[in-house]
Amino acid sequence: MQLIFEKSVPGRRAVRFDALDVPEAGLPETLRRREAAALPEAAEIDVVRHFTHLSKRNFGIDSHFYPLGSCTMKYNPKVAEVVAALPGFAQLHPRLANAPEYEDAVQGAYALIYGLEALLAEIGGMRAASIQPIAGAHGELTGALLMAAYHRDRGNAHKDTVLVPDSAHGTNPASAVIAGFHVVEVPSCAKGFVDFEAMKAALGDHVAGVMLTCPNTHGMFEPEVREIARIAHEKDALLYYDGANLNAIVGQCRPGDLGFDVMHFNLHKTFATPHGGGGPGSGPVGVGERLLPYLPGPRVVKREDRYTLDTPEKSIGRVAAFFGNFLIAVRAYAYLRYYGGDGLRGMSRDAVLNANYVQARLEKAYQPAFDGRCMHECVFTGARQAEKGVRAMDIAKALLDRGFHAPTVYFPLTVKECLMIEPTETESKETLDAFCDAMLEIASLVDRDPDALHAAPVTTPVGRLDEVKAAKDLDCACR
Amino acid sequence: MEPKRLRYTKDHEWVGRDGDTYVVGITDYAQEQLGDVTYVELPEVGRRVAAEEETAVVESVKAASDVFAPVAGTVASVNEALETQPELVNQDPYGEGWFFKLRDVKAADVEGLMDATDYNAFLATLEE
Repeated sequence: MQLIFEKSVPGRRAVRFDALDVPEAGLPETLRRREAAALPEAAEIDVVRHFTHLSKRNFGIDSHFYPLGSCTMKYNPKVAEVVAALPGFAQLHPRLANAPEYEDAVQGAYALIYGLEALLAEIGGMRAASIQPIAGAHGELTGALLMAAYHRDRGNAHKDTVLVPDSAHGTNPASAVIAGFHVVEVPSCAKGFVDFEAMKAALGDHVAGVMLTCPNTHGMFEPEVREIARIAHEKDALLYYDGANLNAIVGQCRPGDLGFDVMHFNLHKTFATPHGGGGPGSGPVGVGERLLPYLPGPRVVKREDRYTLDTPEKSIGRVAAFFGNFLIAVRAYAYLRYYGGDGLRGMSRDAVLNANYVQARLEKAYQPAFDGRCMHECVFTGARQAEKGVRAMDIAKALLDRGFHAPTVYFPLTVKECLMIEPTETESKETLDAFCDAMLEIASLVDRDPDALHAAPVTTPVGRLDEVKAAKDLDCACR
Repeated sequence: MEPKRLRYTKDHEWVGRDGDTYVVGITDYAQEQLGDVTYVELPEVGRRVAAEEETAVVESVKAASDVFAPVAGTVASVNEALETQPELVNQDPYGEGWFFKLRDVKAADVEGLMDATDYNAFLATLEE
């Protein structure tokens, strides 16, 4: 397929402007380009066709099943788009926030922020939440900065270390390091849980915090989570809840009740806002009693019947311009109000049910990485298939040919030839069955025709990509 | 290097004597698990490292991993060829794919590591 630049014909235009009928204002000479910008020159119909063709090659939740483990690629209900498009939200000028003289004009937006933060705090069992962070990893960093502020305030200079399980997302250690901590990795046990004895041994006085994902990336709920909270708090270490897998437990149990002090929510996962290339993300942070004084500011507060802004005295300050990705917050609020409490409990229940259905249908053909039932995602090892020369990557590519997005592969790093499948609650039994049928057919090809799997994908616009070249040769500039 | 004569760590580094220095690399099992290696970050020559200290980084199409010093010592030299040809780690993990050489190493520290038989037995436990 040609690039739009390759379709360019000198002099061709989509729009021709009439001659100016007002005096030209004129830019200062110093600000004028010396050479014309190298923009493509094309007719409107050719531009429309170009981008329509590109859009057909897109792979998204609106066109395909997308069981990408750990990413919670659920359907984004269109009602949230309708609400976010309301002119009162969509046409708000960001500068109206923080401008006391315009506070009347933003009471609705402030009410939404206030309401969403209250709902998130309730779901998390937290005292309060802030919608400022603009992505999951940004929420993690904000949480790590909050932990640092807490220890600084208490004179805990010796607390310089954060414990992270080996099954954690890579963003956990990265966030802790950027916030100034050393990271010590805690191993998993054979059952897929964090090794409790190793955690206990690592939890010395120098530990500032423990970051846990629960259920963890093995799809298992940590059975010792309350006990870990207890021994962490004994050492004045804080417990961080990575909200990546919150979809499994919404309305069933609350991180705050389990002993967590701080958490982030991924609105783009759990609360169905757009995700992936489209985004943008949103990673609100929630805090319990210990971290309440340090929340990012300014915050929307309610005084009598009016919303206004206030910054907590010990606030770590702003972590984003304005109120983060506000229109994403609008979508999440619409989703939460649309579903309500019973709906959200049904959401997490069905997410867990769907993952267990997939595990039960596939567990004879693919070896589950751990014993027992899973939570919202099922994790398999393709080690048995790898012995016959078919790698997890081959299975992933073969799924593309069958019209499904691949599951997450090679993560978590603790599982060999890992295949991590998260169907989410929004898929029907028919879709899950079609996916499982494809997985079983691929498993049967491992013995019968492994070369067909090595060649996959053959039906996609581009075939097997050269991953080494993609990682090494970063020069992707347009000619 | 002859794999049988090397010493090994549980993090899948190997170390072998080469005259006055000790050569360090990652094992065949490690490169197989990593998949195609795309980038290697090497330490500065002259840096003193403790045993189990993060000394190099290896990145593959799947993951980025730390490479730890198997024993304490001083970095005597690094395999600069890996900067342009990281694939040598996959092609020849015990030879041209070596990472760095250490001097000021105590021979007893090296002797304390697993030998090839122990390492293969350790790998067998991972396969279970």
